[in-house]
Amino acid sequence: MGTAHSTSPTPDRGHMNGAKALWATLANHGISTVFGYPGGAIMPVYDALTFYPEVRHVLTRHEQGAAHAAEGWAKATGELGVCMATSGPGATNLVTGLADAMLDSVPLLAITGNVASHLMGTDAFQEADITGITLPITKHNYVVRDVAELPRIVAEAIRIARSGRPGPVLVDIPKDIQLAAFDGEIPSPHARPEHPAPSSESLERALDLLKTAKKPVIMAGGGSLDAAAEVTALARAWDIPVITTLMGLGVFPSSDPLWLGMPGMHGSVAANRAISEADVLLGIGLRFDDRVTGRVNGFAPNAAIIHVELDAAEIGKIIRTHIPVRGDARVVARHLAEAADPQGHPDWHAQVAEWKARTETPTHWGAGAAVKAVVDRLRPDDILSSDVGQHQMLAAQLARFERPRRWINSGGLGTMGFGLPAAIGAGMAEPGVRSVVIAGDGGFQMTAQELATLKMYDIRNVKICIINNSYLGMVRQWQELFHEKRYSEVWLGDSNPDFVKLADAYDVPGYRARNTEELPGAIDAWLNDPKSALLEIVVPHEHGVFPMVPTGAALFEMIETEPPRPALQTASEHAKETSEA
Amino acid sequence: MTPDHLLSLLVRDEPRVLTRITALFGRRGYNIKSLSVGATEHPGVSRMTIVVSGDRGVVEQAMRQLEKLHDVVKIIDHGLEKYVDRELVLVKVAITPESRVEVRQIAEDFRSRIVDVGRHALTFEVTGDEGKITAFIEQMRPFGILETMRTGRIALTRGSNADIPTHVYAGETQALQPALQVEPREERAREVPNVF
Repeated sequence: MGTAHSTSPTPDRGHMNGAKALWATLANHGISTVFGYPGGAIMPVYDALTFYPEVRHVLTRHEQGAAHAAEGWAKATGELGVCMATSGPGATNLVTGLADAMLDSVPLLAITGNVASHLMGTDAFQEADITGITLPITKHNYVVRDVAELPRIVAEAIRIARSGRPGPVLVDIPKDIQLAAFDGEIPSPHARPEHPAPSSESLERALDLLKTAKKPVIMAGGGSLDAAAEVTALARAWDIPVITTLMGLGVFPSSDPLWLGMPGMHGSVAANRAISEADVLLGIGLRFDDRVTGRVNGFAPNAAIIHVELDAAEIGKIIRTHIPVRGDARVVARHLAEAADPQGHPDWHAQVAEWKARTETPTHWGAGAAVKAVVDRLRPDDILSSDVGQHQMLAAQLARFERPRRWINSGGLGTMGFGLPAAIGAGMAEPGVRSVVIAGDGGFQMTAQELATLKMYDIRNVKICIINNSYLGMVRQWQELFHEKRYSEVWLGDSNPDFVKLADAYDVPGYRARNTEELPGAIDAWLNDPKSALLEIVVPHEHGVFPMVPTGAALFEMIETEPPRPALQTASEHAKETSEA
Repeated sequence: MTPDHLLSLLVRDEPRVLTRITALFGRRGYNIKSLSVGATEHPGVSRMTIVVSGDRGVVEQAMRQLEKLHDVVKIIDHGLEKYVDRELVLVKVAITPESRVEVRQIAEDFRSRIVDVGRHALTFEVTGDEGKITAFIEQMRPFGILETMRTGRIALTRGSNADIPTHVYAGETQALQPALQVEPREERAREVPNVF
């Protein structure tokens, strides 16, 4: 994985300009890798890159790929991801990634070039008002109007992206500012600001409530990823069952008997029943997304809710909170653990265990069995990414995580096409670790061109699994359940490429399995291939993801198992049905 | 009718700040009834007075979202302190030779100033709180109001301390609980059918 640019680094960096000041600032902040794509309005930055070999630039095949790769990097490491694009179409191609990072609180720095200052506002070639466009999907954004300000702004952008509740920050740099001479200081990193301490009154009230709880449950979200040790200690000290949200998978080890799985629309029976029955719900680092709560007035109807959250705007936004605790999940969890006064709730634990026993293992051949076969082969250190759809929910249900930051997916925005570039970013962040991605046939094709990035940098640790059911499966499932099986525009089967041949075209070894018999051998060959490799698993067309809570329903109204269905249709019957529709 | 809330924001005087703030209100569906912006005694800091309509929860949420914006230096919730507020309005009233004297008399009673004299209309400047301005307009309405322009309300906290208590979350128990402890959960519990 060497640097790709061919110009040999020049030791003499010559006169400093805005572009060089940008790289110097990034280097000073320990940025080792930037994902991006050049273009006219950012050419001075790419020119200056040749003077800064200490920063590796990764050329993706689309700016969206660059943004998701930077997200994958950030989600795997907890550190800042950086992406870069030119003005206009380059910048707008970053937009999906920025929105994704915003909803999942990913620390991300996006650098965009823009047309020269005197052309801004004239509808110049490749001009877009990217700061206007990204206003609602960034934590903050800047246009650099004076080269003297550039390093300070970049340093501040990095601080904002990483501090408090993390998020994406965009810095837009007009071309003349990139070229302007710079003779100022290159700033060093800001110290991370201390989070405000939680109030002792709220902590005391939380402790009092936990002491009186008969049916307590802990719910940990993505905001507690860096507090995994503290949350785990807290749960064990109080002997309280733990639910981890889609974004919080891995905060609590899934091998622990206290773990109940994931809540919400495709959550486990145990998690959703526990929420519905609990008398105290301790939420840590989460925002009560509608996919988690189901119908809000049916969410945790019997529970007093303690909400531990750094972002005050999330407290009380969706769910009324009895005891708001504003603070760092680590600090609060440590405090609550140290003051533990476990009451012992044998009846509650027995009830929870009974629900947990209802977890079904997919037995018949289908997407569930395929995903299970793959995730069962993962090692605890492997990073598992997913795209968006049925396979994502199956992976979230079936994979087992013993530590945080091993599960990377697009939770809040639900971005199809996220999986492959995110897995590349994560794989480059941790080259010694397998970066496995599970995708569907639909989402994979939204960013399939990033196979070229694997080839270009000879990345060897990315393992791509495509669960191919020839459908946009999650939409099809909803059409089946809520639109009387009118399968409108969800059939892909006739037009899907031969995924193995597609991989081969990029020098990526491809494997395929069509049934239970072929699967184990194919998985072995795929995972043991010394290179990054692709495995296509062909599964029956019609399978749903269950349990499921329909939208508008409460968690206790969940459908636990897949309704019986008639014999599976063949591909040709599907094509016929689709063409007639 | 949803109640009005008066907020003042101290914001960085930088491009797009107004857009950023109004976009936040727009996207989240909070209704701005009036908005006025001006410079402050500190270079680089502008002050906005915003009248938001909505229940207390909406306003709390709006303030928390505003507080997260990098451009927002300070938020003052005038509902928590005594304040003075004023609005300036220009009102153009139709006049006839018969009504001229009466219109001028009403304007005088309101300590309004004539800022423009036309053949068939007088334009008045009125400052005051919302009640005074509404009363003035109602008094003038029978004569025929041709145009009005209001600046929107502006407000300052009363007293000699300029650095007034702000809505920060040093003790979230004070700031958050009034809005959050509204609905008794026992009531909701009764709705739940026993499906277990």
